[in-house]
Amino acid sequence: MSVGVEFDKIVKSFGPVRVLHDVSFALEPGRVYGLIGENGAGKSTLMKILAGYEAPSGGELRIDGRAVHFSGSRAAEAEGIVLIHQEFNLADDLGVADNIFLGHERKRGLLLDDRTMRKEAAVVLEQVGLTVDPDTKVRNLIVAEKQLVEIAKALARKAKLLIMDEPTATLTPGETERLFKLIAQLNAGGVTVLYISHKLDEVERITHEVIVMRDGRVVARELTRNVTRQQMANLMVGRELSDLFPPKRPAARETEQQPLLRVRNLTVPGWAQDVSFEVQPGEILGFAGLVGAGRTELFEGLLGLREHHAERIELGGRAVRFRSPRDAADQGLTYLSEDRKGKGLHVAFGLRENLTLMALKRYAEPWLNPKAEQQALRTAVETFGIRTGSLEIRASSLSGGNQQKLALAKVLHPDPRVVVLDEPTRGVDVGAKRDIYFLIQKFASEGRGVIIISSELIELIGLCNRVAVMRAGRLQATLDAEHLSEGALIAYATGTHYATGTS
Amino acid sequence: MQPEPPKTPTPQQEPAETPTRGTAGTTAGRSWWARLHGIGPIAGLAILCVAGTLLNPDFATFDNAMNVLTRTAFIGIIAVGMCFVIISGGIDLSVGSMAALIAGCVILLMNSLGASGLSPMVAVMLGMAFALLLGAVFGLAHGMLITRGRIEPFIVTLGTLGIYRAYLTYFAGGGAITLDNTLSDAYSPVYYGSLLGVQVPVWVFAVVAVIGALILNRTAYGRYVQAIGSNEQVARYAAVDVDRIKVITYMLLGVCVGAATLLYVPRLGSASPSTGLLWELEAIAAVIVGGTTFRGGAGSITGTVIGAILLSVISNILNLTNIISVYLNAAVQGFVIIVVAFMQRRRK
Repeated sequence: MSVGVEFDKIVKSFGPVRVLHDVSFALEPGRVYGLIGENGAGKSTLMKILAGYEAPSGGELRIDGRAVHFSGSRAAEAEGIVLIHQEFNLADDLGVADNIFLGHERKRGLLLDDRTMRKEAAVVLEQVGLTVDPDTKVRNLIVAEKQLVEIAKALARKAKLLIMDEPTATLTPGETERLFKLIAQLNAGGVTVLYISHKLDEVERITHEVIVMRDGRVVARELTRNVTRQQMANLMVGRELSDLFPPKRPAARETEQQPLLRVRNLTVPGWAQDVSFEVQPGEILGFAGLVGAGRTELFEGLLGLREHHAERIELGGRAVRFRSPRDAADQGLTYLSEDRKGKGLHVAFGLRENLTLMALKRYAEPWLNPKAEQQALRTAVETFGIRTGSLEIRASSLSGGNQQKLALAKVLHPDPRVVVLDEPTRGVDVGAKRDIYFLIQKFASEGRGVIIISSELIELIGLCNRVAVMRAGRLQATLDAEHLSEGALIAYATGTHYATGTS
Repeated sequence: MQPEPPKTPTPQQEPAETPTRGTAGTTAGRSWWARLHGIGPIAGLAILCVAGTLLNPDFATFDNAMNVLTRTAFIGIIAVGMCFVIISGGIDLSVGSMAALIAGCVILLMNSLGASGLSPMVAVMLGMAFALLLGAVFGLAHGMLITRGRIEPFIVTLGTLGIYRAYLTYFAGGGAITLDNTLSDAYSPVYYGSLLGVQVPVWVFAVVAVIGALILNRTAYGRYVQAIGSNEQVARYAAVDVDRIKVITYMLLGVCVGAATLLYVPRLGSASPSTGLLWELEAIAAVIVGGTTFRGGAGSITGTVIGAILLSVISNILNLTNIISVYLNAAVQGFVIIVVAFMQRRRK
């Protein structure tokens, strides 16, 4: 049932910029392939060509030996090739079954055949292990369930080659496990899977072969069992990757200094219950937990973006109460959202406008001073290592990692005393990750308090002085550096620490 | 990976090059298309003027130009305020009705002040101040309903569109509210007076446009308006006081409507249920023709001013020539709007 794919000297240019250079390789049916590479390496473009979203500028794509020219994603789907986007393509207000058959509705005469669609939907939903009523509105599903709906949709279209772009970026460890089981099961059924991910441990675990791209070229192809994670990372960046994390510095804890931020019994109704924590000057405090544990919502509450109440909040020893992010920023606390495009950056704005937005008052005298703003941008580009050819581009023209650095520069621009970074390296490649870790370490070393919310346990362990673990809206434990381990974090995050020795 | 043509780094080339254009979206390295788009409205206006001159020699006279500009002034002033609202991602459908109700209230106030023995001059001054105040109050009401009440701007102003005009009709008893003669004389220079051969409304229009452009491009408030329109969530998370900025934006538009109305009243000296009819559509059209995207986020005051002038030049040319019936004026304007929107389609 599977399809064989052959890329022959595929070239893709956007205007004068060539993003794919003579990419040639073949995929055998029925295997799981990992496709890795830094942001901007050309992975997504290549996959869009395979799935019919983009046409190649040159070269040939062959399916089972036949040259094909897809006119759109439907043409690719007809060949059994389905791409599951990182940001899902689901209509939130329609039901699960409606989404599964969107564009391929079963009809009886002129009318929709709801009964058949619901029945068929139930079959594919069972295959992916999702137990929801096919009439449930997609809006009411959590992220992991939406992803399963996407896969079910692909199955309903008789997918023979499934392309998954960063499927675990928003999944919890438990959900990730389920997804891997499903991938193995689909593969056993003959489906070829192309797995794009930045998480090399996942690639190592589930793929048979790994294909590495760099600067629009395929630079390596290896059997997964023959390469180590370190080698993969080196192939991606094209240089030896020295230690990913900066050396840890002790926070000012020992000196018995006043904590910078002290939160007593903060409650965000529906999300977080009586959470207390404090951050010392120079300390990096991590927040671990599963998706839905209430970490993001806790801090949105603290910032006044959600209804909340607290026994006491102190910033620099003074009792405070934040009514809005404006209020918080004025008093020295800023927040970087996990949702870069939706809440973090104005992607249609220039770099300068993004950088200065949170501290714009500084440049209003009362007329804005573009020269001073431009100077600030130059400094930030330097300090944060934002790689860009020109300063006069839109934020959307930066690669993901550089966008993230710009976002970091933005939330630090008001010179906050405490900064909350929610998933600071989401969707960022290894090289940029390392840069960001060193930057975070640097802010902390300036005596600021840094709070990091992350789903990547390695990141929390590698970077933080202490890690607070939340589960179902409650703080489970706060672990010191010497007690930090993946096992301990998972145990507290999933609530299995009561049982002995589980991890 | 983005299809942006790589520009040579030119840090010296300060982005303040064109201070009256929407800053944010447009500082990016532009393709020829985008650049063409930037000059689109002014090119369109130039072509129209050439055509007008060729078709009728009377077109290219100072008198005719002043005539066109004076007629443009009312819509143009409102369009400047509307430009802010649209850039912020909102809309105000009520401006025509608001102008009518303000006109009616102002005349009633002036008449009663005049009758109470106040000098006509003072009565007129107070009435003019009242027009601005009333505009601000209406704008405040819109802003509060939209932010605190969390109702869509379209719905709020659709409601007030009906409310304002109905109250004017009610106050006028279905007819017209007319300014007393003595007051009319004192008030008429506000419309008919001129300075250096240019009528007062044109001066006011120019001043409003310049102030508007400065506020939009060179103040923190202006940047916040663009930030909110570009992505409200991002703005909120970036510590922008979204609600306050939105309320101010609707108040600003209200004040612009008040200003346009106080210039308009002395022209006819009365307010009737047909005063300001369809002004909202003309003002919105001017903003869109001027290159501001309807979705908000970026736009320009210069473009809006040109858009407003362009639309009145079209009707002026139709009046002066007989190629296309003057009855088709609205149709020609409609085609222009659709063509502009078609060109904007390319700008995502």
